[in-house]
Amino acid sequence: MRVGLFLTCLNDMLFAGVGKAVVRVLERLGHEVVFPLAQTCCGQAHLNTGYRSECAPLARKFATDFAGLDHVVSPSASCVAMVREHHPALVAPGVRVPPVHEFTEFLVDVLGVTDVGAVFPHRVTYHPTCHGLRALNLGDRPTALLRAVRGLSLVDLPEATQCCGFGGTFALKNADTSVAMGTDKARHVLATDAEVLAAVDNSCLMHIGGLLSRWRAATRVLHVAEILASGD
Amino acid sequence: MGMPAFPEAAREALADPQLRANLRAATGTIRAKRARVVAERGDWEALREAGRAIKDEVLGSLDTYLLQLEEQVTAAGGVVHWARDAAEANRIVVELVRAAGADEVVKVKSMATQEIELNEALADAGIAAVETDLAELIVQLGHDRPSHILVPAIHRNRAQIRELFRREMAGTDDLTDDPVALAAAARAHLRRKFLSARVAVSGANFAVAENGALVVVESEGNGRMCLTLPEVLISVVGIEKVVPTSRDLEVMLQLLPRSSTGERMNPYTSIWRGATPGDGPGEFHLVLLDNGRTRALADDIGRDALRCIRCSACLNVCPVYERTGGHAYGSVYPGPIGAILTPQLRGPDPVADSLPYASSLCGACYEVCPVKIDIPRALVHLRAEVHHRPAERLAMRAAAWIFTSPRRFALARRLTRLGTRLAGLPGPWRRWTTTRDLPQPHESFRDWWERRN
Repeated sequence: MRVGLFLTCLNDMLFAGVGKAVVRVLERLGHEVVFPLAQTCCGQAHLNTGYRSECAPLARKFATDFAGLDHVVSPSASCVAMVREHHPALVAPGVRVPPVHEFTEFLVDVLGVTDVGAVFPHRVTYHPTCHGLRALNLGDRPTALLRAVRGLSLVDLPEATQCCGFGGTFALKNADTSVAMGTDKARHVLATDAEVLAAVDNSCLMHIGGLLSRWRAATRVLHVAEILASGD
Repeated sequence: MGMPAFPEAAREALADPQLRANLRAATGTIRAKRARVVAERGDWEALREAGRAIKDEVLGSLDTYLLQLEEQVTAAGGVVHWARDAAEANRIVVELVRAAGADEVVKVKSMATQEIELNEALADAGIAAVETDLAELIVQLGHDRPSHILVPAIHRNRAQIRELFRREMAGTDDLTDDPVALAAAARAHLRRKFLSARVAVSGANFAVAENGALVVVESEGNGRMCLTLPEVLISVVGIEKVVPTSRDLEVMLQLLPRSSTGERMNPYTSIWRGATPGDGPGEFHLVLLDNGRTRALADDIGRDALRCIRCSACLNVCPVYERTGGHAYGSVYPGPIGAILTPQLRGPDPVADSLPYASSLCGACYEVCPVKIDIPRALVHLRAEVHHRPAERLAMRAAAWIFTSPRRFALARRLTRLGTRLAGLPGPWRRWTTTRDLPQPHESFRDWWERRN
């Protein structure tokens, strides 16, 4: 299968590892990955901060960059939700919004795979990010994939469904509240004694991981894709 | 007025560990109770959908239903007054209380009268308003402001309430912080008020258009005392509270208690029509309040906020509310619903403009709303309506300009990678690096992609 990769602007700027991981997993499963070089950003931060007219050109550009692809995969639940929920109203009439899947959703629903052949002998806890949980209804797809990883022990995160407090520009506009939420989340993570906190959005992981790192905590954060790519 | 915008007010609240602990305990308890009673209903989603449909039907033909309500209330012996705004509503109530020759009124817990600051208007006219809802009484005795729609004293714990009662109520020197003892003290205090009051002021949860019935749901029975004992009853009711028929109450009275107190049914439901000689108040006045509601009604997305039945389920699940409490919102309507209702009811001001941003858009509020208000959608919609600071607008436009060009984006990527090597970031990004580290990038994805292809 020929699959387009929508990396997202944040990953493109800061998190190279997740892009490489998605490519590795898909290729290992026998698929061809296409990376349209002109891609930039879906406009989520603009729309959610109240800049709808500034967001529209980005939605139109997205439709052009990924035109002609039958499958587009992205390692970000919130960017996928943005494209799926909001792009149809932002692009020109008659323009097709590319069919976008979140990475774990694509593996389980489209490819029908839960065991991707990964090995990761570590204690892992999983934070269901809000857009994955409530906008995309990912359910147990990410954890089903993690449970199939050899050597991995998955531990429950207390109060898992509560938001970590990132929230895009919320993290800057309401920095104190955002950090208070993130602090509680990071404490719950530490209470699990996990070596790794996994999620399907690097934006949330950047926030929680930024706090953990400042506290010099031993727990590291990894995108689910990076765990699924390990072992080869 | 004179209140700080949400981010500053929140910062103060976050610095109060007692407040954080009180809120965490209280919202946690209500959340669990709600989840339990909602899970009992296999048809909960159908009930929510029915609730949404009833309210949307009303909002779609509000003029018709309001006129029908007026006709029915009048036919049942009540008097209907129309109030464009808070000042007009307060004037009407003050005149009615004066006409009854009273200098004290007992009050049923009501959000509408708080919204219009009726107690202050009555005080200015030399009339004392006595709150009879236990939590509202706690707030009133403490010269405090409510911080929650349903549990206005949620920011107080038992020990704090005992101290307050000892200070403000006669004969309470030996009072303990046992909830039963606290309730008994309030009961003795209020009983004297019920028996002497000649005028009561209430709101209403629902007003039925087809027969002019008004409905108040409550837990303590104090509302029932106010609604039945005094000679004159004045109800101040927002125009969006109307439902078409009594049958609609079947849906609403199932949705409301489960969503608000986490009970299958609330202990007291009072329903009355107009005034009946020899049975309850001989005089009944209904003050129908607009105060910004028709402005909200004119907004395609914002009007969803008018479906709200004030259950406060959204407050109890909101991770922002749980940490900041209600006072930070600078409005009688706090939490997620307040963040979309207040800017619409009040119109633009610095506090109201900050409220649509007082959310991480996590969506927990939408998930529990009994009338399916898509609060995150309304928040995002209102964010586009409020005043944007010129510096922010410029930054967002610059970002869009960068993202519309792959070449400019390539330059931005290089600059970002350089920026992460700094210990602290400049400008607005400083707010990130004062408490959080940034990731340290290695080889960029594009370099890697190019190398292997």
